[in-house]
Amino acid sequence: MKQCEGACACETLGTPEQEAQLKALIEESKSTPGCLMHILQEAQGIYGYLPMQVQKTIAEGLGISLSEVYGVATFYSQFSLTPKGKHPISVCLGTACYVKGSDKILEAVETQLGIKCGECTPDGLFSIDSCRCVGACGLAPVMMIGEEVYGKLTPDKVKGILDSYKEATK
Amino acid sequence: MADMINLKINNIPVSVPAGSTILDAARVAHIEIPTLCYLKDVACVGSCRMCLVEATGARGLVAACVYPVSEGMEVQTNTEKCRKSRKTSLELMLSKHKKECLACERAGNCELQRLSVEYNCDPNRFEQDTERHPLDLSAPYVVRDRDKCINCNRCVAACKKQAVGAIGPIGRGYAVHIGSAFEMSLMESVCVGCGQCIVACPVGALKERTTVDEVWAAIGDPSKKVVFFTAPSVRATLGEAFEQPVGTNVEGKMVAAIRRLGNVEVFNMDITADLTIMEEAAELLNRIQNGGVLPMFTSCCPAWVKFVEQKHPEMIPHLSTCKSPQEMFGGLLKTYYCEKHGIDPKDLYVVSVIPCTAKKYECKRPEMNGEVDAAITTRELARMIKTAGIKFNDLPEESFDDPFATCSGGGTIFGATGGVMEAALRVAAKTLDGDFEVIDFPEVRGTTPIKEATYNVAGKTIRVAVASGLSNAEEILKGIKDGTRNYDFVEIMACPGGCVNGGGQPTLPDSIRNSLDLKDLRAQALYSSDSNNELRRSSDSPVIETIYGEYFGAPNGEKAHKILHTHYKADPRV
Repeated sequence: MKQCEGACACETLGTPEQEAQLKALIEESKSTPGCLMHILQEAQGIYGYLPMQVQKTIAEGLGISLSEVYGVATFYSQFSLTPKGKHPISVCLGTACYVKGSDKILEAVETQLGIKCGECTPDGLFSIDSCRCVGACGLAPVMMIGEEVYGKLTPDKVKGILDSYKEATK
Repeated sequence: MADMINLKINNIPVSVPAGSTILDAARVAHIEIPTLCYLKDVACVGSCRMCLVEATGARGLVAACVYPVSEGMEVQTNTEKCRKSRKTSLELMLSKHKKECLACERAGNCELQRLSVEYNCDPNRFEQDTERHPLDLSAPYVVRDRDKCINCNRCVAACKKQAVGAIGPIGRGYAVHIGSAFEMSLMESVCVGCGQCIVACPVGALKERTTVDEVWAAIGDPSKKVVFFTAPSVRATLGEAFEQPVGTNVEGKMVAAIRRLGNVEVFNMDITADLTIMEEAAELLNRIQNGGVLPMFTSCCPAWVKFVEQKHPEMIPHLSTCKSPQEMFGGLLKTYYCEKHGIDPKDLYVVSVIPCTAKKYECKRPEMNGEVDAAITTRELARMIKTAGIKFNDLPEESFDDPFATCSGGGTIFGATGGVMEAALRVAAKTLDGDFEVIDFPEVRGTTPIKEATYNVAGKTIRVAVASGLSNAEEILKGIKDGTRNYDFVEIMACPGGCVNGGGQPTLPDSIRNSLDLKDLRAQALYSSDSNNELRRSSDSPVIETIYGEYFGAPNGEKAHKILHTHYKADPRV
């Protein structure tokens, strides 16, 4: 059941502003049939992910079971149960990138950061995810960090790129 | 009369009401279409693909359980294409299934196994290395084995129908599995232990946490005196485990069988059902006359009690403080009975036989002081009888042991929805008005989800409601909270139809479950036993008179409060 390390909203509803936003969101959406997906999407926008306490609040607000909320949250890959880093990394594993060896890129990112795909570094700086095509197949293999696209990657280029983000935060 | 639709199934003409599915129509034509994810009144989603048939006007094969019939439709249920498709679906399910079929509790009674044999499946056709998961042994009532699960979702539907929703599908595609939110164990989840998931499961993925070995050990221990008592509904269902028709009352053979398990005594739990009524009726009248919290809720169902503690803790003051009949019997045996017979309570091993899984949890609640040492389900008792080599159907009819043998019909009907209410009304009305002679209260009988009635006794109006199935209980709670429902006394049983349909009752094949109303047939066995009993009111039982005379004094008296009543604890969960 462990979700993340350090300060997070697993056991709370985050800041008072976040809590107020979430409650207002539930209140204004709950009478619309099929509102759960929308609420989860917006809630992820507020918190960056969908911690347990947030899902419990949504379940209570909509009068449905937590298992139903959790079922939807785990069905769609767009929803995350773990917090995202300050710099979310998304390695493309779409067909073009994959045949150009993007699995090796993902491996290099994992090794460099010491975490697995789907996880977040303990300092909260990076999180790793994979995706299926970012529409830049000509640059394959590709990864994104935040909104920035890095193309024509090789595993040995990964360290330098990550270091530039670490430097910038210092 | 609804519009009728004419169609042919395997060239047999049938006429069924509009809105029927192909599966409904096939039943009329006496044709069995295999199903796995479908369960009458519980689940109907068309996901397992076992019921695929060919139908004119449809593209490809269609799922008979959800596909509506239309005029002139021609259906074929047994073509090469249907059989091949079903066989492949089964073999895909078997690819991940933990095939411990030799010693699986459901062996011989497993829908997947039966169909795999019927369709001549190769269980290893798609065999591969599959990750295995530990059993969920967190709860004292239910064991979940994820690796036997075929993702039919019948348990999920049963749990949702109970307004509990402790389990659901998690993830997507090949990784999908059934579990509690955030992979919580059952004990951490909102599960109330009713066991409706177990009786819904077509395979061995869900079963009770068995304590049969402990019971055998106690029977074999010369330093222990072992006593069994059986809940009212067990006699109405145990026969099913020995191929007797649904609704057969096997009380005499059940007593004879337990007696042959070893050197044990066999008591009738109906007596503490009677005792519960004496206490509960007195508590109700006390609440009515002295401005206590109303409506009062029955408290004999431990799944219902857990549901209130977890989901509606603010309603706890409405729960009767009476222990359930199981726990009253435990208390009675470890005090009154031990004192009377000079037995050290620690040498007395008390086994209750119950239709219920939540009672396994109830007897472990700390405030119950372990007065009931083991609670075994009807299914577990059947297994013990088989292990002991007892030819159940050849047994003579025997009677329960004294001093608790003579019980009232009021105690017997505790096993069906409305039974507790009716038994309480018999005693409460007579207490208020000594001339009140009505015994039957048909308004509170039957399997209607919510029953309401108002009675006028000695110038007082008593408004009652009866619900079984926790979603119906939820409905009643909602009405009470928003002021739209006003009652003095409410009976709730967690399982639809009451204990006769409990989570510990024999698991019957889908072909029977989908065609008979089990809860109604089983309840009839109890009501006919009641009407054949000369003693109808709990207060009529001479045993009750003796117990109060020799030990408790009066209902709700000091000693009764100490031994026969309990308290509850808020345990809010989402």
